[in-house]
Amino acid sequence: MKIRIKFRKNGVMKFVGHLDVMRYFQKAMRRADIDIAYSGGYSPHQVMSFAAPLGVGITSDAEYIDIEINTPITTKDALKQLNDTMVEGMEVVAFKQLPEESKIAMSIVDAADYEVCFREGYAPSGNWEEKISSFFAQEEIVVWKKTKKSEKEVDIKPLIHTISTKDGKISMQIASGSANNLKPELVIEAFANYIGFDLKEFSLLIHRKELYANIGDENQKELISLENMGEDIE
Amino acid sequence: MRKQALTDEILLSIDKPARYIGNEVNSVKKDLKDIEIRFAMCFPDVYEIGMSHLGIQILYDMFNRMEDVYCERVYSPWVDLDKIMREKQIPLFALESQDPIKEFDFLGITIQYEMCYTNILQILDLGQIPLLAKERGEEFPIVIGGGPCTYNPEPLADFFDLFYIGEGETSYFPLLEAYKENKKKGGSKLDFLKKAAQIPGIYVPSFYEVDYKEDGTILEFRPIVEEAPKSVRKEIVMDVTDTYYPRKPVVPFIKATQDRVVLEIQRGCIRGCRFCQAGMIYRPVRERSLEMLKQCAYEMLRNTGHEEISLSSLSSSDYSQLQGLVNFLIEEFKNKGVNISLPSLRIDEFSLEVMSKVQDVRKSSLTFAPEAGTQRLRDVMNKGLTEEIIIEGAGKAFDSGWNRVKLYFMLGLPTETKEDMVGIAELSDKIARRYYEIPKDQRNGKVQIVASTSFFVPKPFTPFQWSPMSTKEQFIEKAKIVKEAVKAQLNQKSIKYNWHEADLTVLEGVLARGDRKVGKVILQAYQNGCIYDSWSETFDYGKWMDAFESTGVDIDFYTTRERDLDEVFPWDFIDTGVTKEFLKREWKNAMDEKVTKNCRMGCSGCGATIFNGGVCFEN
Repeated sequence: MKIRIKFRKNGVMKFVGHLDVMRYFQKAMRRADIDIAYSGGYSPHQVMSFAAPLGVGITSDAEYIDIEINTPITTKDALKQLNDTMVEGMEVVAFKQLPEESKIAMSIVDAADYEVCFREGYAPSGNWEEKISSFFAQEEIVVWKKTKKSEKEVDIKPLIHTISTKDGKISMQIASGSANNLKPELVIEAFANYIGFDLKEFSLLIHRKELYANIGDENQKELISLENMGEDIE
Repeated sequence: MRKQALTDEILLSIDKPARYIGNEVNSVKKDLKDIEIRFAMCFPDVYEIGMSHLGIQILYDMFNRMEDVYCERVYSPWVDLDKIMREKQIPLFALESQDPIKEFDFLGITIQYEMCYTNILQILDLGQIPLLAKERGEEFPIVIGGGPCTYNPEPLADFFDLFYIGEGETSYFPLLEAYKENKKKGGSKLDFLKKAAQIPGIYVPSFYEVDYKEDGTILEFRPIVEEAPKSVRKEIVMDVTDTYYPRKPVVPFIKATQDRVVLEIQRGCIRGCRFCQAGMIYRPVRERSLEMLKQCAYEMLRNTGHEEISLSSLSSSDYSQLQGLVNFLIEEFKNKGVNISLPSLRIDEFSLEVMSKVQDVRKSSLTFAPEAGTQRLRDVMNKGLTEEIIIEGAGKAFDSGWNRVKLYFMLGLPTETKEDMVGIAELSDKIARRYYEIPKDQRNGKVQIVASTSFFVPKPFTPFQWSPMSTKEQFIEKAKIVKEAVKAQLNQKSIKYNWHEADLTVLEGVLARGDRKVGKVILQAYQNGCIYDSWSETFDYGKWMDAFESTGVDIDFYTTRERDLDEVFPWDFIDTGVTKEFLKREWKNAMDEKVTKNCRMGCSGCGATIFNGGVCFEN
């Protein structure tokens, strides 16, 4: 049975890196007595994959893990069993059955919502918020993007779906996943550049709000949150 | 939200920030308003090492079962954070509450190996606690040392308020009661230490004075207050079944060295190898019951979610219920994705059978610890393993498909000759020859033999405590001889030879059998910038040598010197149950190349019967 789990990662848990969060959930499955499926061989491992790694320092309301289980369990029981073994800052909020033909989350992530704010003492002075719309109205937004081998100029404008601000918080929906992946800090760097602000290290508090898959096509996107692709188990 | 002692900016600019945030699964949270005693439990090494230590997990669980005690953990900040904390004057904090340890009632430090001594000073220093006990006022925590190195606490005497000698499960109860009572009465630290000195197993170094002879050896070690006993007997828990054992050990977020459930199946060892300190100080052997271990395995796996369980003891094959336990673990957990790891097993039919069930034969290796290259030297050290046993065990394993062997030896043992060194290479070659006796079409490729040598360091409370130690140059020369001898073997291409750093060994030798005078060298080395001496990337031999130079402490006095049979040793005031008479007898037997029976084959009268239990009273 294919299952999608959604969890939140907040507080000090943001300092626990992606690989360690994976190990944390492998152990959590055993503690919570979830009858997860194992691969064969001498060192069997759990059938488990994460949708999109989250960088150290970033908090999230929408982390996803796909697993396979052998014995059915209701969503209600699974949430209780998992949350009874969670540490402060980790909370499982959804446990949904996926259709058997579903692709794993990792392969279908297309966009993500982020909320970004400036850490206290790090924000630009003046009314920077009103400049967001003219920033986004530019025809192209060119940034230097570092790849493994080199640095190159790219236009990230097509990768930003929406961006707005309210009460000092910047909300954005940007491309995410294996095809086109944009990091929220790169957007803010471009914005800082646009308003002539020198963005210092550690300036940003980044929070992931949601991850989406595209069930439309490339030209006519139809985004659906990863959570809504599955059903509760009664 | 949880309190953070370090800012986001700091945590994001250092390696592995999850070392410092606490909040792990099964870490204990308590409301401070119900707490009378705050206890900071420290392992003075990096988090991943410290978190792998069973002893702290046992004590952490035991303390936190007491309602009015809150025990928290603290480890050495890695060098990146160490630098930042010094620059910004951030006081070292405990993981659970993130509060500075200087605000605690106790700071307990487990001392597991000599090369962590400068890290102890780092802990105090970053904790903003004066390094010298005599400079610490009433406002600072009581600093307690525990663990195997406290069997010679003298090099650290200046830094600790008290040492707890022996196993922690017993005397902490009266010790904490005495503390509370003293606090209630408004007593001073000195009042408390006087009470503590009367509790079994507790040694308060400031209550003793040492007079030295002209040659630098000890004339007399004596108490200077009436509350301090002449000798301190180690504490030991006789019933190791009905006692404390953590059912919910803390599970780190980052991968610790020991990322698994650890089942300590017994304490002590029947074997009596003459170099081995653990084999002497933990006497007598006490086994945990099979029922208890089954229950612990089940509950600990469930509460941690670990995917591996390992047995721990000095010699697991000597545990009388081993077959029952191993079969239970395999039947109960093997099909649930739990790996079973079985270190320190003697290679025989049973162990080969279970090993082939729990691990991939092609990927795993066999381990033997012959310790010496010839039977003569193995007899000197009372190592029961014979060449026949090794070749037979290896042969059986080769026949079942194994093709990798690890061999552990020591160089610099008493009475060692060139023949013994060459013997290491010859034994390795004999094992390889046994492999190639298997017809080619039935062999699993080439055999790989890894022979490793460490350098022998004489330790207190062993029959070899009288032995001179080799110099650094001699050690290196010995390793060269082995290396050349390996090259001369028929199967040299199948044998890989590794040897240990000699610099570190010499220091370990000074600290292991040091006296109070060595304390100033440790302090000076720390002030010269030494920390993390057990880590090759941070160990700085030059700074240590400068410290010896500037304090005028002579290395050879502690290492290469011949000790008189009746010399008063710095650690003689500790009573481990095993008598100095027995150790002398064993030292003499070693020189006569005479082996002594193990505890189950016959009592050799070591003295451990005074504890009235364990293997001494099995029959």
